[in-house]
Amino acid sequence: MAAPASAYKDRQFLAVIGDEDTVTGMLLAGVGHVSPPPDNQKNFLVVDAKTDNSTIEAAFERFTQERKDIAILLINQHIAERIRHRVETYTAAFPSLLEIPSKDHPYDPEKDSVLKRVRRLFGE
Amino acid sequence: MSGSGAREAVFPTRQSLQLMKGKLKGAQTGHDLLKRKSEALTKRFREITRRIDEAKRKMGRVMQIAAFSLAEVTYAVGGDIGYQIQESAKQARFRVRTKQENVSGVFLPQFESYQHEGVSDFALTGLGKGGQQVQRCRETYARAVETLVELASLQTAFVILDEVIKVVNRRVNAIEHVIIPRTENTIKYINSELDELDREEFYRLKKVSGKKQRDAAAEELEREEAKADHVDVQAKAEEAESQDVLGDKENEDVIF
Repeated sequence: MAAPASAYKDRQFLAVIGDEDTVTGMLLAGVGHVSPPPDNQKNFLVVDAKTDNSTIEAAFERFTQERKDIAILLINQHIAERIRHRVETYTAAFPSLLEIPSKDHPYDPEKDSVLKRVRRLFGE
Repeated sequence: MSGSGAREAVFPTRQSLQLMKGKLKGAQTGHDLLKRKSEALTKRFREITRRIDEAKRKMGRVMQIAAFSLAEVTYAVGGDIGYQIQESAKQARFRVRTKQENVSGVFLPQFESYQHEGVSDFALTGLGKGGQQVQRCRETYARAVETLVELASLQTAFVILDEVIKVVNRRVNAIEHVIIPRTENTIKYINSELDELDREEFYRLKKVSGKKQRDAAAEELEREEAKADHVDVQAKAEEAESQDVLGDKENEDVIF
């Protein structure tokens, strides 16, 4: 039923997909982690207007499926909007996916995948 | 009665009736327990959804404050520090560990943030100017991330509980609408079959005893007849012997 302890025992990092300001802020808080060489994987991705959706999707994929050490994935809501179908179909418990507001895009509860599910469950 | 609805393939014996009764009782107990579990989980679930709603609102405010403090840093440092920070991030200082919380047999993970000691990546950031702002910004963001971690544990609990409640409800419904009616049908079937056997047996016994009675009666009659015959013969003989010697049977004896 519930996920076994082994599924989240090793998960200790947060991952961020966001615009530059958000990522900078999160890194200042100290969530940034670069895995040791040779692979040098970062646990954050800076997205700007020039980043294409496939890059975001690849990062999303990497953070949610490949890496087993990420507990929480933070993603800016306006970026989540760009890969909405992926976010909608993501239902696993780990890592937990959190949509966060960014500086230029205020938080809109109507778009949040989880809140949508909450609404659906309570039939609103 | 016995033919309606699905039932299990059993032989209608008293033993299997006993077995079915036990099964029905077990199913009812299980149903009660699961129902209670589902209710407890749903209560918890509602509480969590309410808290998620609150936490999401709080997150909006906190992130706004954090973004503002970052803007202050940019202003104070007098340039973009994003690139510098992205390059100097090496080891996570802010990490989470997971604890477990048990809600009626379901383990809900809870994230707990902690500072990994001995790592300070941004010691040199804002060295020239704006060091104070950078420091403040780090604190603000750390607080914001803590809020996010809290929200993330709520959300994970939400996802897991959602799944578990679905499973439990499915079980409750399966027991309520499939297993219990089927077992009841089986019991009915066995009962009706047993009753029929009983009736058959009763009828058979009645037949047998009727036949016996008839036989006995016939025998009795025969015996009676045989006896009567015997008596008759005797009586006739006697009668023949005790004929009126005078030969005038019609005349009454005159008695004074």
